[in-house]
Amino acid sequence: MPAMTMVQSLNAAIDEALAGNDKVVAFGEDVGYFGGVFGVTRGLQEKYGLDRVFDAPINEAAIVAMGMGMAVNGLRPIAEIQFADYIFPGFDQVVSELSRIRYRSAGQYTAPLVIRTPCGGGIYGGQTHSMSPEAFFTHIPGVKVAMPSNPYDAKGMLLAAVEDDDPVIFFEPKRLYNGPFDGDPHKPATSWARHPRGEVPEGAYTVPLGVGEIVRPGSEVTVVAYGTMVHVANYAAEKTGVDAEVIDLRTLVPWDVDMVTASVKKTGRCVVLHEAPRTSGFGAELAAQIQEDCFYSLEAPVLRVTGWDTPYPHAHEWSYFPGPDRVGRALKQVMEG
Amino acid sequence: MSDKKADAVEEPNTGQQKVEAEAVERRTSKSELLKYYEDMLLIRRFEEKAGQLYGMGLIAGFCHLYIGQEAVVVGMQGAIEEGDQVITGYRDHGHMLACGMDPKGVMAELTGRKDGYSKGKGGSMHMFSRDKQFFGGHGIVGAQVPIGAGLAFANRYKENDRVSLTYFGDGAANQGQVYEAFNMAELWALPVVFIIENNQYAMGTSVKRASSEVHLHKRGASFAIPGEEVDGMDVLAVRDAGRRAVYDARRGEGPTILEMKTYRYRGHSMSDPAKYRTREEVQGVREKSDPIEHAKRMLLAADWASEDELKELDKSVKAVCQEAAQFSQDSPEPDPEELYTDVLAEA
Repeated sequence: MPAMTMVQSLNAAIDEALAGNDKVVAFGEDVGYFGGVFGVTRGLQEKYGLDRVFDAPINEAAIVAMGMGMAVNGLRPIAEIQFADYIFPGFDQVVSELSRIRYRSAGQYTAPLVIRTPCGGGIYGGQTHSMSPEAFFTHIPGVKVAMPSNPYDAKGMLLAAVEDDDPVIFFEPKRLYNGPFDGDPHKPATSWARHPRGEVPEGAYTVPLGVGEIVRPGSEVTVVAYGTMVHVANYAAEKTGVDAEVIDLRTLVPWDVDMVTASVKKTGRCVVLHEAPRTSGFGAELAAQIQEDCFYSLEAPVLRVTGWDTPYPHAHEWSYFPGPDRVGRALKQVMEG
Repeated sequence: MSDKKADAVEEPNTGQQKVEAEAVERRTSKSELLKYYEDMLLIRRFEEKAGQLYGMGLIAGFCHLYIGQEAVVVGMQGAIEEGDQVITGYRDHGHMLACGMDPKGVMAELTGRKDGYSKGKGGSMHMFSRDKQFFGGHGIVGAQVPIGAGLAFANRYKENDRVSLTYFGDGAANQGQVYEAFNMAELWALPVVFIIENNQYAMGTSVKRASSEVHLHKRGASFAIPGEEVDGMDVLAVRDAGRRAVYDARRGEGPTILEMKTYRYRGHSMSDPAKYRTREEVQGVREKSDPIEHAKRMLLAADWASEDELKELDKSVKAVCQEAAQFSQDSPEPDPEELYTDVLAEA
C-alpha cells in the first residue's frame, strides 16, 4: 500500500468518486485550475474537465446553495469551503435549507451534498484561519458531521460521505494534512509515511460514518477525541503513563455512543477533548451524554480539555492549543478524582 | 416619508384598456385563455378558502395569500414545458396549484394533516412535489434563489434541456445571495429564469423605502443579465415575456430577469392589517388592473365565453376548493412518530 499524506488521500478519494460516478462534481474557490489552496484537488480538473471540477467565485452562501440545488436535482456535489472560518456566509443555507429539505418535503427530496472544509489551528492562521466550528453544525438536525484524523480514514470517510444520501459537513484538520501532529510544536515535523494510518489502499473503499475507533486500548480512563486531538491524546497518554483508552470519534453526527459508553463503563473515567472553545463546544454534549449513560460507573467527573473561550490567537497559538501538557494534567486529575 | 401617498407605488399598467376582440384573437386562443382564466380563478378561490379556514382557526401559523398575483404564475406556467422546474419563496400556494399539484394535498398541508404534501411537517411555506418538479416553498427570504441556480446547474450538467423558474419577491431582491446567484448563473450560462414578483411591498416596506434602484429588472446589469419589466397583471404579457426568457435559457443563452409588476390585495400574512398603504390604493388596483377580470374581459370580447358560462366555471372551481377544504379537515392528524422521520435517511 502506498504511503500518502492526508492531502493525497483526500485527492485520491475525490478522484475515485469522480471516476466512479458521473453525477459527482467538485467545486469551490480555487478548486479547479489552481487545485485547491492546500492542493487537495490538484490535477483533477485536468483529468476530469471543466464541467466536473471547477472554480467558484468567492461566494460561500451560493456555493452551499448551488451545491444543494445540484444535489436535490440528482448530482453528488463535493463543495469546498476554503477555510472552515469562511463558512458562515453559507451558514444560513446549511441551517435553513440544506439540513431541512428532507424533513420538510417528507422525504421527497434529499440533498446529498458534501461540504469539505479545512479546520483547526497549528499553522499560525490567527482568528480567521484556525477555527474548529464543528459545534455550530452538530447543533443542526439533518446534517452529518465528520472529522477524520488520518489519511486512511480521510479517504474512506470522504467516499462514504459522497455515497451518503444526506448532507455531510466534512472537516479536515489542516494541521494533519501533511503529517501527524501530537501537539508539541517544538518537535520536528513527522511524516505520514511513518504512521500506520498513512498507508492508504488504492481504489475505492469506505470507512462508515457514525462508527468510532479505539485507537489506543487502555483500562484506566477513556479519552474521547477527534481530528488533531486524537494524536495529542495518544502522546499525552504515553507521556503520563496513564493507561488511557483513546477513542477517535471520527463522526460527530451521528456519534458512536455505544463505543464510548462501553469504554467509560469499563474504565470509570473520561476526558473529552477538542480544539474549539469550551463553552457550548461539542465536548459539552459528549460529557452530558456520558454522565447520563454512565453515571453509576463513573469514579470521577468527566473532564473537558479544550481551547479557551477566546478567539483563536496568533502569537499565543500554543497557549490556546490544548496540547499534551494540558491533556496530561487532565489525565492525572481524573485519575485522582 | 410619512405621507402614504408619497410612498404609493406605480400602478401596474394593465389599466382598463379597451379590449378588442381582434387583438385578443391575435394573442391567444380560446382554449388557452380559458385555461389561464380557470387556473387563475382556482388560485383566487383556493386562497379565499384558505383565508376562511385560517379565520376559523383550522390553519395555524403563517399563511401568505397570493390573491392579486395570479397572472404571474399562470402566465409563466404557460411558458414552460412538462419537466421544467419551479422553486419559489414563502408565498407559494399559487405556484403549487399552477404546477398542477392537487389542491387537496396543498390545503391539507395548510391544516397540518397527514395527507398534506409534506405530511404536515412543512406547512404553508414548505411544500414540495417531486412528481411535479416543484422544489418548494422556502421561508427564508431569498434563500431559494441560489438553490434555483443550482437546479439549473444540474440540468445543464445532465444536458436534459430543462429550465428552472426561480421566483422571488421585491424584498428578496435586496438579499446578497441573490447577486451571488446572478453572477454564477450568467458566468456558467445556466438555464434559469429569475422572476421577481414585484408586488411593491416587502411586508410593510415599499420598494421605494428599501431599494436605491426601484426598477428591479435592471439589477442584473452588472452581471450582463438582460432584464425586462413585465405587466404582471396581464397573463398574456407574462406568458410572452416568459417564453422569450425560457427560449434563451433553454438554448444556452443563460438567465433573464423578469420583473413582474404585480400587487397583492391581502396583507403580507394573515396578521397584517396593511396600514402601510391606503384602502384607496388597494381598491384602485383591484378595480383597474385585476388579472382575472382582465382575462374575463378578453374572453367576453372575443365571444369565447358568456357571462353565464363563466359563472358556471366559477361554481365548479369553488366546488374544487370546497372539496379541498373538506379533505383538509377530514384528513387525520399526522402520526406522532412522524416527528422523528425524515431528519436523516433511515438507517
